[in-house]
Parts: sequence; structure tokens; C-alpha cells
Amino acid sequence: MQDQPGLRRRGFLTAASGVGALALVGCGGPDDSGAGSGAAGKGGGGKPRRGGRLRAAFAGGGASETLDPHLANLFADVARAKALFDKLADYGDDLSARPRLASGWEPNAGLDRWKVTLRKADFHDGRPVTAQDVLFSYRRIADPEKAFRAKASLEPIDLRASRAVDERTVEFVLKRPTAEFPNVLAAFGAYIVPDGSSAADFDKKPVGSGPFRFGSFAPGRSALFRRNDDHWDGAPYLDEVEFVVANEESARVNALLGGQVEYAHELNPTTARAHEGGGRIEIVRLRNSAMQAFAMKTDRAPFDDERVREAFFLIADRQELVDGALSGAGVVGNDLFGKGYEYYADGLPQREQDLDRARSLLRKAGAEKLKVTLDTSAVAAGFTEAASIFRDQAAKAGVTVDVAMGSKDSYWADILDSGTLCCYRSGAMPIEAHISQRLLTDSTTNATKWHHKDFDALYQQAQATKDTQERAAVFGRMQRRLYAEGGFLVWGFADWIIGTARTVRGVDREAPANTLDWARFDKVWLA
Amino acid sequence: MSGLGSWAARRLLLGGVQVVAVVLLVFALTEALPGDAAVALAGDQPDPARIAAIREAMDLDRPAYERLGDWAVGLPHADFGTSLASGRPVTSYLSGAFGPTLLLASVTVVLLVPVGVGLGVLAARFEGRFVDRLVSAVTLGVYAVPEFAFGVLLVTVFALRLDWLPPTAVGYGTDLLAHPAALLLPVLVLLSRPVCSLSRLVRAGMIDALASPYVAHARRYGIPGARVRYAHALPNAVAPAAQQLARTVDWLLCGVIVVEALFVIPGLGTVLMNAVAERDVPVVQGLAVVFGVITVVLNLGADLVAHRFAPRAEVAA
Repeated sequence: MQDQPGLRRRGFLTAASGVGALALVGCGGPDDSGAGSGAAGKGGGGKPRRGGRLRAAFAGGGASETLDPHLANLFADVARAKALFDKLADYGDDLSARPRLASGWEPNAGLDRWKVTLRKADFHDGRPVTAQDVLFSYRRIADPEKAFRAKASLEPIDLRASRAVDERTVEFVLKRPTAEFPNVLAAFGAYIVPDGSSAADFDKKPVGSGPFRFGSFAPGRSALFRRNDDHWDGAPYLDEVEFVVANEESARVNALLGGQVEYAHELNPTTARAHEGGGRIEIVRLRNSAMQAFAMKTDRAPFDDERVREAFFLIADRQELVDGALSGAGVVGNDLFGKGYEYYADGLPQREQDLDRARSLLRKAGAEKLKVTLDTSAVAAGFTEAASIFRDQAAKAGVTVDVAMGSKDSYWADILDSGTLCCYRSGAMPIEAHISQRLLTDSTTNATKWHHKDFDALYQQAQATKDTQERAAVFGRMQRRLYAEGGFLVWGFADWIIGTARTVRGVDREAPANTLDWARFDKVWLA
Repeated sequence: MSGLGSWAARRLLLGGVQVVAVVLLVFALTEALPGDAAVALAGDQPDPARIAAIREAMDLDRPAYERLGDWAVGLPHADFGTSLASGRPVTSYLSGAFGPTLLLASVTVVLLVPVGVGLGVLAARFEGRFVDRLVSAVTLGVYAVPEFAFGVLLVTVFALRLDWLPPTAVGYGTDLLAHPAALLLPVLVLLSRPVCSLSRLVRAGMIDALASPYVAHARRYGIPGARVRYAHALPNAVAPAAQQLARTVDWLLCGVIVVEALFVIPGLGTVLMNAVAERDVPVVQGLAVVFGVITVVLNLGADLVAHRFAPRAEVAA
């Protein structure tokens, strides 16, 4: 079997999980249900029109796909789950939690008890969405026998102590103060399903409260959903949305160009360049969707010396990396996760290449003629390119970088504990979640081995701080520390590229992949 | 005929052993791959606790021989086990995906035989002349183009530029017969290379046969040229071609994987690609059995054909 160009493993989502986000007390937060009108405005294109079927092509999971929203793992799964189901909250364009099924939330003074009120909403079979459904859904996800993806995100909740106060009020009892608790409600895969739903229901006739009702489903081929006229956020404009699966990028582009689909998810930068402004299709670039970085293990030589880490920060020519590895489809990074997101420390000076200073830092650290192995793999777009570009940049500073290609199917597990330097990327998630998952001593995916008790304490302090301004200041301090001596050399943020037919309107152009308005079809219409 | 019968029985037995060997090999190789279904599922969130939980939920923490044993016990009852990724029975994967692949393969083979043999006979008849050189040059050229590149080329020209045919079969599901236009380009891609190899084999066989003493003898008797070609020379030329044809089928399966990806046809190739990516071992094993059985049966059939057409060649085969 020959190797097929471009036929790479479908992209796994990087889920947001973990604790916390912005304490939006009540529903008065930044355009809550207004995500609808906002999306329409951003998509542009005149007055929304009703009717029609939109066909959307995603890379998918083939015959093993399921409509169980708690099993959502791929972009296609999430897009389908989002059409059929709702979460209590979801992420806005800046990755702050926005109310969805929850109309508001209110913490106690200690930030460890949260009262969440539900809006009036119905499931597709007419039953109202109640506090009991919420608790059932969360308990299903947290089932110790199962490994649902959102389980880790819901970990802060003590589900045994949490209870339904009345039909539409849930009181969540938390294991510790969590100022960013709404992030948990928005967590990836934390969808609300009716009380008593079983795995079999999801395959045959899933019932949710989302903007579309179930029509038909053939795993790996097609899922057809119909408009839910009674959706609490207003009925979708489209009569129907059909999700089709095409793992090969060229197949998605061809289907779009040939008029077989109206929406193609996840295109290559080269495809985008070839068709941008060509008049046949529209290219939508979702900025800041994927962080691109090199991860240095800070607990071992040579990166246990912060001068070496700083030297590496200064070796990278970020623009060259963006142009070469991302084909220009992205922006440069500043060694911090979450550009454009809430709490991002955007006041820090942009780091530039400075080989002289890098050389002198290496000299001081006694690391002249340094040799390191850079682990990479074809697991994500641009990884191997980034590695070879960085190798050449490092050579100019007298550092020898050996690029080692790893298996793409086990890459993420392989780099977690072994090696010293590796290519790394991450999808969108709140900055708080990035910290809690990857930068605390007990974080489960701490690829830079960043273990600092005082850093952990700052995180706890942020989570126990009710005032948003004060909390932002704490997150600012943590990011300044990471900028100065952290293990992530964040060199860029890749665009997420979507192609649509020219008739499609209302596609959000600002929402990073993984957020509410991304792959959202209830606010899209066909002109 | 009893000689042929026992010969076929022996071949069938050997085929069974081959299938078992393939399955064992596939199982061993998938076990040897880095990472398992749990690691593949965890993706870029390789939380060790989550991986351990998935492993336990999938029974991957049990030793390999136990899993292989369970699976083998189910086989005689047509129970291929359940998918690790979805929990659905593997048989539903196979039955769902078998249709499109079978359709593609059979349409291809049905066209392959007349086109390949025809071209070969044509080239042999005009050996060394313009037609022969043209056929040889084109078949050699097309043979050198990988399926993927050829497919992209065809789609660009016939679907996107000329707008004659649909570029993919996306959204048609398994009901491809209802959209015959969508089948045209995939079949063309599948045909491209086997036609070349088959026609070149037939050409060579024909030239040898036409130069043989018994054809010369037939000519001396004044038997018309067409009859000599088709009734006397062709059967001898077809014997190696039939075996080549059988070998083409497993090669076709490779082509099918490329074609299915390129044209979004939900067949066995797509299932295989996904199953390997997800380390969905039971599905890979089920496919290995199916592919193994198909290959063995087809090769058996080809040997029978060769046996029938050119019994003397059997000694060599």
C-alpha cells in the first residue's frame, strides 16, 4: 500500500477541561443569547432566509462514529453533538464561558457552592429540561466505570453532594473553591441529555434540546438533522443540515468545488490560497485556533537551566516558522498560550530572534556546542516542517538539533514523559484550563514538567479570588513567569480553515475551533 | 475428474491454513504497533489515568492470547467480536462496507478482462508495428502513475473543469448504483493499472503462442487467422493472465483504499483505514479474515482456470 499524500490521521480535538473560567455572575454577561445575532452579523450577507439543506463535510471517525454526545472526540462528533444537544454553557470567541442552557450562575462567598439556574427549554420529545436531567448527565459522564472525555473536567464537582433545588435550579457542591467554575459547565463534551438516556438511545434516536432534531444516521457516512422549531435560542434558518464524512482533504475540497457540499471543514493553507478570492468558494480563516509550540522539559538537562530555555526562545525566528511550517496561515506567538483569549497577557513585548544574546546565554550556561534531540511526528500539520526549520535556526546559534521522527499514532503519549524537546500543539481552551491541565505539579499532561509549588499556589489563589480584576492580575503574574522562564516556546497560532459555497451566509469568522460559534449551523442560512 | 477434485480439496485446505496464518500475523503485527486503542483514542490528551480507564473499559488490560482466544471462539458462529471504538459488532462494519467495495471491484473486473485481453491481443497481432508501440507506450505510461495522482488528475479535468461527472460520491452512502455517474471515475482509476499489467501479459503470452509450432501447424492446415488467435493461441496466453488476474484482486484492494478515500466511498478500505488508525483490533482482524478468504478463494479459482486451459502449466504453478 503506498503512502497517500495528505491522508493523515484526522485531527483530534484538544478539549478544554479542568477547572474554572470567568465568573459571569448572572446572565447579564457579554452577549449571551446574542451569540445568535452576533454570529449573523459577523458572517455578513444580508437578511437571513429560511429553508434549504446545508451539507457539511468533516473528517470523521468512520464506521465507529456514534451520536452519543459524551463520547464526542473528533470535530465531526462535536459538530453533530452541538446540533442535537446543548451544554449549560459554552465558550465565546475569547474562550470565556457564556450561558447556554443555564440562564445564570451564582457562587457562594467561598466559591465552592454554585447555584445554577436553567432557562426554560424543552427536549425534542417535549419534556422540559430539568435539574434532574443535568445531574443525570453529569453523573453519566463521571461514571467511574466509563472513560467519557469530560470526566476529568467535571472532577471539581462533588456530584454526590450536589442536588436539584427545584425543577430549574441545581446546586453544585465543589471539592474546592473554583472561581472559574462556569468553564466546567462549558467543558468539552459536557452535554445535557434526558434523564435515563442509555447508549442504545443515542444510536437509534437521540433526543436532545439542541437546535436540530434527529433525522437519520449512518455511521461514517451521513447524519441528517431537521430544524427544531421550538429551540429556546430561536429556530435555525436551515430546514435540514446533513453531516457527511470525507477523511481526505482533497475529497472535501472537490466535493465543495463540485457543489456536492456547501461547507468543508479543515482545509490546507495551500488549498485556501489557491481558492481565496477565486470566486468559486469562500475561505473562512478562524484565527488563533491552534497553538504551535516546542515543549522543553524543564526538569532535565539541558533545559533545567533557565538560561538555556531563554536562549531557545531567542533562537526561534517565529515569522519564518509561521511562513514555512504553516504556509503563512497563522500569526506569530509570544511564548504564551491563548493569544486573543480572556486573561491573555498581551502587554508583554513580542519576542524576536536574537542570536547573539542566545549564544551568550548558552555560553554562560556552559552549554556551548549543545546537542539536543527534537521529537516530532507527522501527527499534526506543520510539525515536521517546523522541526527542520528550527534545526536550521538553531545551527546559526551553534546548537545542533537532531530531528527524530516518532510514530503518529502514539506521539502524544510518547512525548509526555520521554525526550527533552518536542513539537507540540494545542487547540483552543481557556487559559485557566491550559494551566490546570499542563502546568501544575499534579497536572495529568504536563509535557514541560513545569513543577513549581509557588506557581500552583498562584493558581489556587486565582481560583479563590472572586473579583475578576484581581483574578486577571494573578493570571497576569503567572503568565509573566512563563514568558520569562517557561517550557513552552510558543512560536505561532495557526488558522483553522473552512471553505463554504458562495451561497452560505452567517458563518462566524472570529470563533476559534472548539468555541460556541464554530461549526454552528443554527445561525447559518443559504442565500 | 476425481484427481482435480482432490487437488482442489488440497488447495482449499492449504487456503484455510493460509487464512489462519494471515489472521495470526495480523494480530501479532497490530499488537506490535506502538500504542493501542486507548492511546489512539486519548489523542493529544494522553492523561495516563484516562488511558488506563479506557484500557480497562475495552478489556485491553487482559493478555493478548486471551483476547485472541475469545475472538477465535466466536469465529465459527460468524461472530467477529465487537469494535473497540464503538462497541458495535464487527459484522455490522463488514456487511455495511462490503457492498460498495464489492460493487467497485466487480465492475472493475468485469471491464478489466475484455479491455485488458483485447488490448493485449491487439498489440500482439500488430507486434512491432505502430498500434503495438502505441498500446505499449500508453500502458507503460499509465502504469507508472500512482492511483492517487491519477484520481486527482481525472477529478480535476472531468469533474471540476468540464463538470461532466460528480467529483466524489459524498452523501450517496452505500447506494452507489443509484448514482452510476459517481462510479465512473473511481472505476477508471481502479482499472488504470491492472489493465496495463494484464494487457502486457496477454500480449507477451500471445506473441509466444503465435510463434509456437502448434499455431504454425494450425496455420498450415489453413485455419482462419481469427480462429487461430482466439481458439488456439489465446487459451495458452490466458493461463498466466488468469493467475495474474487473481493476484490483481488483492492489489485492487489496495487501489480500492486509495479510491475510496479520494472519492468518499464508504467501503472496506475506509473501514480498514479507520480501524488501523484507531487500533480497533477486532475490526482489523475481521477484515483480515475477509481479505484472506477472498484472496485464497480467488487464487484457487485462478489455478482451476489455469488447470483447465493449460493443464501442462500446472506443474510449474
